[in-house]
Amino acid sequence: MERCPEIADKLMPLDEAVRRFIFNGCQLAIGGFTVNRNPMAAAYEIIRQGIEDIHLVCHSNGQALDILIGAGCVKRLEIAYSGNGRFAPTCVRFKKAIEEGELEFEDYSNYQMALRFLAGALGIPFIPTKSGLGSDLIKYGGFSPEIREDEKVANLKYAVVGNPFSSEKDEILLLPALTPDVTILHAQYVGEDGTVQINGLTFADLEQAKAADTVIITCEEIVPRSFIRLDPDKNSLPSFFTDAIVKVPYGAHPTACFKFYDYDPAYLKLYRKMAEDDNLFKEYLDEWVYGMSSHEAYLSKVGTEMLLKIKANPALGYAQGLERK
Amino acid sequence: MISYSDNEMMAIAAGRLINDGDVVFAGTGVAMLAATAAKRIYAPRAVVFFETGGIDPSLDEIPMAVGDSRVMSGTSLNSGLIEAFSTVGHRKLHTIAFLGAAQVDRYGNLNTTSIGNYYKPGKRFSGSGGACDASALASGIIIFMQHEKRRFVEKLDYLTSVGWYKGGNSRQELGLKRGGAIAVVTNLGVLRFHKETKEMYLREFFPRASVDMVVENTGFPIDVSGAKKTLPPLPEELKVLREEVDPQRLICQSDMNAPPG
Repeated sequence: MERCPEIADKLMPLDEAVRRFIFNGCQLAIGGFTVNRNPMAAAYEIIRQGIEDIHLVCHSNGQALDILIGAGCVKRLEIAYSGNGRFAPTCVRFKKAIEEGELEFEDYSNYQMALRFLAGALGIPFIPTKSGLGSDLIKYGGFSPEIREDEKVANLKYAVVGNPFSSEKDEILLLPALTPDVTILHAQYVGEDGTVQINGLTFADLEQAKAADTVIITCEEIVPRSFIRLDPDKNSLPSFFTDAIVKVPYGAHPTACFKFYDYDPAYLKLYRKMAEDDNLFKEYLDEWVYGMSSHEAYLSKVGTEMLLKIKANPALGYAQGLERK
Repeated sequence: MISYSDNEMMAIAAGRLINDGDVVFAGTGVAMLAATAAKRIYAPRAVVFFETGGIDPSLDEIPMAVGDSRVMSGTSLNSGLIEAFSTVGHRKLHTIAFLGAAQVDRYGNLNTTSIGNYYKPGKRFSGSGGACDASALASGIIIFMQHEKRRFVEKLDYLTSVGWYKGGNSRQELGLKRGGAIAVVTNLGVLRFHKETKEMYLREFFPRASVDMVVENTGFPIDVSGAKKTLPPLPEELKVLREEVDPQRLICQSDMNAPPG
């Protein structure tokens, strides 16, 4: 491991970061979006450590959400969207779990979830929006009164109030803030000074990180202080927001990491096929998660050929001409 | 006669609805094809952007999801969800959102959440994502549907995204100051909404479809009195679609729309 005195207390292996900061029943937010920058290595490690009863708070998470649900780590879910684009228009284990009544869940929209993280980051108890008025998102709550007594669950899903600044009738929706126990993000770079740099779209990652009590960053590279400070306009989070920093190259595989690698179409197709069947899914978990001693072992199983195929063209950010059918 | 797929006809029919200078919010699947085609063929000054935060990507390859790295490449700006929704709802902009759904009702309200009992559904879909937000905030939405009776329903199993709500002025009365459903583009034709009642009617049927097919496959009574046959895709439209928009034929080739589920 690199020697970085400024972040020596935060730099740790993945298993240690999960052991120290993720706990049974924790409220967890994960960064990324559908097939991009999901903290997959961290999700695999959470499964290997047998963490249970997670309360997952998501906007549009894809692969990491689906595998955490499929492995039985998630008890409660607040979600806007669960899909993997063309690879799984609705994430398969998510779909099964909801249809079989195995999850406590509530639906929100993407903007609503992003705003709820923003409210958490700003330290305000709720945030207004017009989005959702008239929809069944307001009509159907998913959590029972007992669940609502939990300190991490708001006592109402929404409130509709009149705009206090208008003399005319003008209704508006209030959304409760979210303050997750832990947020895990996968970033391209962390500097030796702890500064985090995310390239490409940031989704709601920064709001999720600033709303959380604890932040774990997995990253592709740890880079010198001089490099991360070359162009501070590109940087995403200062060091003081982070609690654990873990270097995990290809840590978002099989989802994409802009400028480093594309999503892995073959793997996502294989996953979908195995996730459709309960027995095959068990085999999948044994083979690809429990059977792997480390992310390096997992990557050797994925194989050099595929890792080269999905390697991003650094100028474009994705793998040009990748076979995606 | 030139052969073409349903998805190609749908993308072209939807693209023809975009005006130059519109700011187009694209979802996944055929919606993305239509947004890209619109810019390349009909509306060069239109700007395509994605709910994930990518503004005006070069789209040299077609993205497979709105979280695809291809929506971050060659952009004017990369940002995040909150910035993207501040664009969708911006009062200065004329924003059009392309959305798909599992069910639509006569007022253009959409279901992308579930079929059956919400708490233990017969079929669960992906959920709102940005659809509820885009339909609340954009200047208008254009909806893509597979035209089937079970999808064009009297009553949605779950109302995820508000179109014209209960018709008439009901959308405005909810507190949604602008927006509403502009059109539904299906594998059979293009449906629009009456100016006053906001009820869906058939405006165009595709060359391979008929008025009867539309009536048979719609689960509520529909006005077809003014329907006209759509102009088939022109060779130059198909050329751009196939050679520039989707050279890998990821979406063009399919005859199935890709609704959630």
